[in-house]
Amino acid sequence: MNAPARTLPHGRGPQVAAGSIAILTGICAFLIVAIVVILMGIIIWNGGPHVTWEFLTKAPETGMTEGGIFPAIYGTVLLVIVMAIAVVPVGAMTAVYMHEYARGRMVDIIRTAVHNLAGVPSIVFGLFGLGFFIQFVGRGVDRAFFGGQLIWGQPCLLWAAMTLALLTLPVVVVSTEEALRAVPDSYREGSLALGSTKWQTTWKVVIPQALPGILTGGILSVSRGAGEVAPILFTGAAYFLPELPRTLNSQFMELGYHIFVMSTQSVNVDETMPIQYATTLVLLVLTFALNFAAILLRSRTRSKIEQS
Amino acid sequence: MSDSIEMMSEEEQVGSRVNGPARPETLLNIERVRVPDDGRPIDRPVKLASKHLSLWYGPKQALSDVSLEIRNYEITALIGPSGCGKSTFLRAFNRMNDLIPNVRITGQVLLDGEDVYGRRVDVVELRRRVGMVFQKPNPFPKSVFENVAYAPRLSGVKNMGRLTEIVEKALERAALFEEVKDVLHKSALALSGGQQQRLCIARALAAEPEVLLMDEPCSALDPISTLRIEELMRELAKSICIVIVTHNMQQAARVSDRTGFFLLGELIEFGSTDDIFTRPADSRTEDYITGRFG
Amino acid sequence: MPLVDDATTVERAPARPLTAKRFRPFEALAENIIFAASTVSILGVFLIFVFVAREALPLLTSRQIQEEVTLSTLFTTRMWQPVGVEPKYSVIPLVIGTLKVTIVAILFATPLAIGGAIYTAEFAPRKVRELVKPVIEILAGFPSVVLGFIALMVLATFLQKITGVQSRLNAFVGGIAVGLAITPVIFTVVEDALTAIPKAFREASLALGATKAQTALSVVVPAAAPGIAAAIILGIGRGIGETMIVLMATGNAAIISWNPFDSTRTMAATIGQEMAEVVFGDAHYTVLFFIGVMLFAITFALNLTSHAFVRRITRKLGSLK
Repeated sequence: MNAPARTLPHGRGPQVAAGSIAILTGICAFLIVAIVVILMGIIIWNGGPHVTWEFLTKAPETGMTEGGIFPAIYGTVLLVIVMAIAVVPVGAMTAVYMHEYARGRMVDIIRTAVHNLAGVPSIVFGLFGLGFFIQFVGRGVDRAFFGGQLIWGQPCLLWAAMTLALLTLPVVVVSTEEALRAVPDSYREGSLALGSTKWQTTWKVVIPQALPGILTGGILSVSRGAGEVAPILFTGAAYFLPELPRTLNSQFMELGYHIFVMSTQSVNVDETMPIQYATTLVLLVLTFALNFAAILLRSRTRSKIEQS
Repeated sequence: MSDSIEMMSEEEQVGSRVNGPARPETLLNIERVRVPDDGRPIDRPVKLASKHLSLWYGPKQALSDVSLEIRNYEITALIGPSGCGKSTFLRAFNRMNDLIPNVRITGQVLLDGEDVYGRRVDVVELRRRVGMVFQKPNPFPKSVFENVAYAPRLSGVKNMGRLTEIVEKALERAALFEEVKDVLHKSALALSGGQQQRLCIARALAAEPEVLLMDEPCSALDPISTLRIEELMRELAKSICIVIVTHNMQQAARVSDRTGFFLLGELIEFGSTDDIFTRPADSRTEDYITGRFG
Repeated sequence: MPLVDDATTVERAPARPLTAKRFRPFEALAENIIFAASTVSILGVFLIFVFVAREALPLLTSRQIQEEVTLSTLFTTRMWQPVGVEPKYSVIPLVIGTLKVTIVAILFATPLAIGGAIYTAEFAPRKVRELVKPVIEILAGFPSVVLGFIALMVLATFLQKITGVQSRLNAFVGGIAVGLAITPVIFTVVEDALTAIPKAFREASLALGATKAQTALSVVVPAAAPGIAAAIILGIGRGIGETMIVLMATGNAAIISWNPFDSTRTMAATIGQEMAEVVFGDAHYTVLFFIGVMLFAITFALNLTSHAFVRRITRKLGSLK
C-alpha cells in the first residue's frame, strides 16, 4: 500500500515543469498583447491631438512643416480604388475557376502560384512594377501610340495601382475561396439537377452566396494595399505635389510614403514630429477600420453558415 | 438478372393483381392498400432502362452489370443496404455522377430509347427531362417563389404573369400551395423540413420533367411529412414516371409498383413489389426484407 | 374510369431529343474569361521573375556594364559604394546585413509567437483566446511603414538609452521591429497547425493521466512540429524581404560587420533606397535588379519549403481521419 503514496510526489516533478510551460507561454501571449497596446498607445498619444479637421482637409504648407495631409489621403484613396477595381474581379474569378471549374493538377498549379505570389517580397513587386508596367508596357504604349513621348512610360497612379493589385491578389483569392468552400454542395447539385448549366449554377446560386466573402477579400486587399509603401516607392508615389492627381498617369502623394519621407528625409524631423505621428494615426485608423469591417463581415457570414 | 427483366415483362398489369380474391400475405407486418383504379394510365411503356450498366469510382466498382426497365406512370423503388449502389444507380439516370471525378461507366442508360451517355447528348437537356429530389431538402436560400421559378427562368420565361402561373401550378401539384401561398416571397429556409422537401419537389416539377428521381426523399422527415410525400408521389405517378431510392422497406412496399433489390453493386432481384415482398426469388432478398441484415 | 389524366399530360411540351448538344456561346465566353483571369496569378509569378531578371541580365551580357561590375566581383569584393568616381558593387555587406537583421528578428519573434500560439491553442480560456486572436490580426494589419516609424522614433532611442551604443539606428533596432512584423505570421501558422491536431490525440494523452501541459508538450507540439518549422521558414522569408522597416530603422550603412549594434544595410533596403536615384539601364540599376532576383529566388525557395512542410502535416493528419 506504499506504492500510491510514493507515486504522488514522484509525479509532481514533471508536472511542475510542465505547469511552468503554461505560465511561460502565457507570458508570451501577454507580451504580444502588451506590445500592440503600447504601439497603439504611443501613436494615439502623440498623434491624436494633431488630427483635426483642418489637418485632414488641407494641403501641406510652408515646406511641409505645417498644414494638413489631404493630398496624401486623396492619393491613397484613389490608389486603392483603382487597385480594387483591378484586383477584386480578377481575384474572385481566379477563386471561382479554381474552386468550381479546375480539376486535379490545375488546382494545384494555381494554388501554388497564389501561395508563391503571396510570398514575394513587396520591394520585388516594386521592381516588377518598374520593369514590367513602366518600362515594358508603358514605354511600349508610348512608342506605339505617342511617338515615344513620355505619357505612360513613367511612374504614375495606374502602374502603382496595378503593382499593388498583383500584390494583394492572393488576399482576394484566399478569401473568395473560403467563401466558395462554405457554399454547400447540395445547392450546386440542386441547381444542376434542375437542368441548369454549370455557369448558370455558378452565377445564380454559388456566387450570390459567396458575395460577402468576395467583399471581405476586397476590403482586406484595400487595407493591405493602403499600408504598402515599398511597391510604390518607384512606381508612382511622390514626395510633394502642388496639385491633386487628375489622370491615371499622374503621380500622387500617399500616406505611408508621406510618413516614410517625412521621418527620414525631411530637414526638420523634430519639428514635424506631430505631423508624422498624426499621419501615422490616420493611416492606422484607415487600415484598421477596413480590417475591422472585413472581420465583422466575415464573422457574420461564418455564423450564418454555421446556423444553416 | 436478365431473368428478372423477362419476368417483369410478363407481368404487365401490376395494379390489377390486388383485385384477386386472396390478399397476398406480406412478409412485413404492414397493411398494403392499393386502389385498383387509381387514375393512372393502364398503358405504361418503358421510360427508362439500363443495359449492362457498370460504374467505377476510380478503381472501386460501384455497380456491376445492372439491367432493368422502368415504366412510365409507375413508381419504381430501389432498395438495399447502404453502400449497395442504389443511389449511384439512380444518379446514373440524370448523369449526376458526372460531377464526381474519376467516374467510369460502361453499358447503356436509355431514356425513351435514347442513350443518355451518348456522345452528343446535352446533359442540361437530360436533366430538364429527368428531375431529381435529394435526401436532404436543399431549397436555395431564396424566396419560395424564386425557388420554384428557378427552372422556368433558366429556360427563358421572363413574363411575370406566366411565371406566377407556372409557380402556382407546380406548388399545387406538390400539394404545397395552400400552405405557402401567403409566404411566397419569404425565405424558403423558414419552411419546415417536410414543406422544404415538397418545395424541392415543386421546384423540380416546375421544370416539367418526364421522370422524377427521388433519392431517399423522406429520410430526413417525420412520419407525417413522409406520408404526405408518399400520397403526393402516387398523385404524381398519374402523369410522370417516378423512381425512388429508399432504405425504408415499408415505404417501398407502400408506394411502389415495382421494386429492385441491390446488394454490393448488383441488382439481385427486380420485379413487382408484391412479388418482392411476398415471394422473393432470391434468398438474399428475403434475408434483407425480413431484417436479417442491412 | 379515367385512364389518362389529360389535364397533366397534354400540357407537357413534346419530348425534346437529347442528342442535340447545344452550344452556349455566352457561357463559353464567360468560362474562358474566368479561366484567363485565373492564369493571372501564374503569369504574375512567372512575369515577376522574367521581368526582374530581364533588367538584371545586362550584368551577364553587356560588355559596358561588365567593365564596372561582374557576377563574380559582386561576391568577391567587399565594398558597396555605388556612387562616386569609381563605383564599387559588392553584395557581401548587404547579405551580411540582411542576415543580421533576419537573425535578430527570428530570435525575437520565434519564442514570442510560438509561445503565444501554444498558449492560445492549448491553455488559454475561451475569453483570453477571443482577445488574443483579434490582437494578432491587429498586429498583422500594422503597415510596415508604421512599425518602421515607431522603431525609428521610439524604439531606437529607448534601446540606445539601455545599451548605450553609438549608432542609434542599427541591425538590432530594425531586427526587433521586423520581428514584430513577422510575429503574427508565425503565430497564425503555428496556431493553425496546433488546432489541426485531432482532439483524439489530446484525449488519448489526457486519459493516460497526463496533465494538459504534459499533453501539449509531449503530444500536440511534436505532432505539429512540421507546422512550426513551416512557420519559422515563412517568417525568415518575410524577414529577408521586409523593406520599409529596415529602410527606416537600421541606419543603412553598408559595412561588413557582424555586430548587431552597428549601422546596417540590407538587400531590400538597398533597392528601396537607391532605385529612385539611378539612371535607367546603367550598372547600378542592373545590380539593384540583380539583388531583386536574389531576393525573389531566396524567398521563393523558402516559401516552397514552408509549403512542403504544411502539406506534410495535412497529409499526415489526413491519413489519420
